[in-house]
Amino acid sequence: MKSFDYVMTAPEGIHSRPAGALVKKAQEFESEILVSFGGKSANARKLFALMKLGVKRGDTVSVTAEGADEELASSAMADFLASHF
Amino acid sequence: MEKTYGTAASPGIVRARAFFYERVVPVSGRPFSGAEAELARFLAARDEAVGQLLGLRDKASVEIGEEEAAIFEIGAMMLQDEDYAACVEEAVRDRSLAAERAVAEASESFSAQLAASGDAYLSARAADVKDASARVVGILCGGRTAPEPDGPVVLVADDLLPSETVSMDRSLLLGIATSGGSPNAHTAILARSMGIPAVVCLGPAAGRSAHGRDVVLDGDNGVLVLDPDAAEAGAADSRAAEAAARKASLQSLRGLENRTRGGRLVDVFANAGSQADVEAALANDAGGIGLLRSEFLYLEKDRYPTEEELFSSYRAAAESMAGRKVVIRTLDVGADKSAPYLGLAAEENPALGLRAVRLCLSRPALFNTQLRAILRASAYGTVAIMFPMIATVRDVEECLRALDGARAELQAEGVSFDPCLETGIMIETPAAALVAADLASLVDFFSVGTNDLAQYTLAADRQNAAVRSYYDQGHPAVMRLIGMAARAAKDAGLWIGVCGELAADASRTAELLAMGVDELSVSPSSVLALRARIRELD
Repeated sequence: MKSFDYVMTAPEGIHSRPAGALVKKAQEFESEILVSFGGKSANARKLFALMKLGVKRGDTVSVTAEGADEELASSAMADFLASHF
Repeated sequence: MEKTYGTAASPGIVRARAFFYERVVPVSGRPFSGAEAELARFLAARDEAVGQLLGLRDKASVEIGEEEAAIFEIGAMMLQDEDYAACVEEAVRDRSLAAERAVAEASESFSAQLAASGDAYLSARAADVKDASARVVGILCGGRTAPEPDGPVVLVADDLLPSETVSMDRSLLLGIATSGGSPNAHTAILARSMGIPAVVCLGPAAGRSAHGRDVVLDGDNGVLVLDPDAAEAGAADSRAAEAAARKASLQSLRGLENRTRGGRLVDVFANAGSQADVEAALANDAGGIGLLRSEFLYLEKDRYPTEEELFSSYRAAAESMAGRKVVIRTLDVGADKSAPYLGLAAEENPALGLRAVRLCLSRPALFNTQLRAILRASAYGTVAIMFPMIATVRDVEECLRALDGARAELQAEGVSFDPCLETGIMIETPAAALVAADLASLVDFFSVGTNDLAQYTLAADRQNAAVRSYYDQGHPAVMRLIGMAARAAKDAGLWIGVCGELAADASRTAELLAMGVDELSVSPSSVLALRARIRELD
C-alpha cells in the first residue's frame, strides 16, 4: 500500500467539476484508491462519495492506493492533485 | 388581448408565436418484469442517457461555453457512479421496483444528500442529479424529447431544465416564458447568456392555453401579452427593431478601449446588486464592478446572513470577474430600507438617520462579519472595499479601525486575504465633498454616489414625486461638489469614480472627465453605450 497527504489549494475544494476529473484519473488504475478526510473515506472512482467528503481549500486529505499498480497510481494521483487541486 | 405581469429574468423584447412545452410525465404504473429484466432495461436506458448528455456537452461547449458544458458531463458521470447504480439495483432486487421507479428513487435520494450538505455549491448540484435522472426515466417511459417547434417561437413552459433549454435548436428560440421558476434559476441565466428575453413567475398565463397564439414577451418589464392588438404588436416590433440595431452597433464595441479621441483612457465599470448582475457585467464587457451592493444579502433574508454566506457571495463575484476590480460596498440600509430581523427603530427622517456606516459602526458584530467576509474574498480576485454615507473624518477613522481589527483576527487565524486591498469611501453627503481634502489622506479612492448626493444637496427626497423637479443630478451645486471631491482626490493622488445615475448620463460625461474622474460605474446594460460616448469625446 502506498499513501501520501495532500493539502487542497483549489479554491473550491473537491466539487463536482474537479471531482469528475479526479474520478476519471482514478479509473485509469487497477488499484483501489481511497481519499480520506475528516474520519470519512471515499473511493476515488465514486463521484458522489468524493463530493460528499466536503473537502475545502486548506483541508488535508490522505490518499492511499492498494493493488497491482499502486506505485504508479500513487505517484500519478499525487501529480494530478498537485496540478488540479 | 391579455396582459400578464411576471418577473423579468432576461432583457429584450420579442413578438412571436408561443410554443407550449410539456415534459413527458413518467408512467408510474408499469408492472415489475423481474429483477434481471428491469436491471437490463436500466442499464440500456442509462447508457443511452449518458450518450445524449455527452452529445449535449459537445453542443453546449460550442454554443454556450465550457462552464455550461461541464454540467452535462458531470450529469453523465453521476449516472455512471457505482453508488448510484447500486442504489437502483437495491431497489429493483430487494423491493421489486420497476426500473423507472428505482431510478426516480435514486434521484431523490442522491439529490437530497447533496441538498443537505449545507454547501451552496453542492446543493445546486442536486438539480443536476435530478436532470440527469429524469432523462433516464424519460427513456424508460418511451421517450423524453426536447421541445421541437417548427419555426421561431417564444417557448412557454411551467419551468425548464437546463438540458431542455440547451437541447433545443437555438435559432428557433426567441424568448422564454415560464409560469414558475425564478430570475436566478438556471434557465434565466442561460437566457441572459444567450441574449434572449425571459420572463418567469407568470402563473397560468404561461400555460397550455398560450400554445400557438401570437405573443409579445417583454423581458425588460417582465410582461407577457397574449394576442396583442395592432398597437401593442406594432410598438413591440419597433422596440425590437430599435434594440436590435442598437445592440448590433454596440456589440461592435466589445473588446475596444474606453479611450477618448484625445487619447485619455477611462474605466467603465458596472454596478451590481447580485451575482446575476455580475454575470451581466461580464457579458457587457465591463472593466470591473464599481459598486457591488451588499443589501441583497441582507434584505432577502429573515435572519442575519452568516460570514460564510457573505464570503461565498463576495468570492463568487471576485472569481467571476477574474482579476478585474470588484469594489464591494458595506451594508447600506436604514429605517426606510430594512428587514424585520435587523430591528431598526422607526425614524421620522430615515434619510438623515442611523443608516449605512452609521448603523454598522453602532453594531460592531454586524460590521465585523462583513469586513471579515470581504477581506477573505479579497484572496480570490482584485477586491476593494468602500464605505457608504461618510460625513466626517471620524467616520472614516472608525471604519478603518474596525477593518484593521478584522485584519488582525484573520491574520491570527492564519486566514489569507489581500494585504493590498484598496479602501475607499463614497462621497454622497455634501459634507464629505466639502472636507474631501481631509478625507483623502485616509483612503485610496473616492466614489461619488450622485443619487444621494443630489438628494442631500438639493434637499429633495428622490422618492417624492412632488419635488421631482428639484431633484436634478446635474444641478450646478451637485456638479461643483463633485468637482471639489475630484480636485481633492487628484491633489492626494487618489483615483475617483462616479457610481450614481449621473455616470450613465451621456450629456455629462465630458464634464465629469474634465474634472478628472477616472472611473464611471453604470448598470451592466449601459456599459457599451457609455463606451460609445467616451470614444466620440475629444
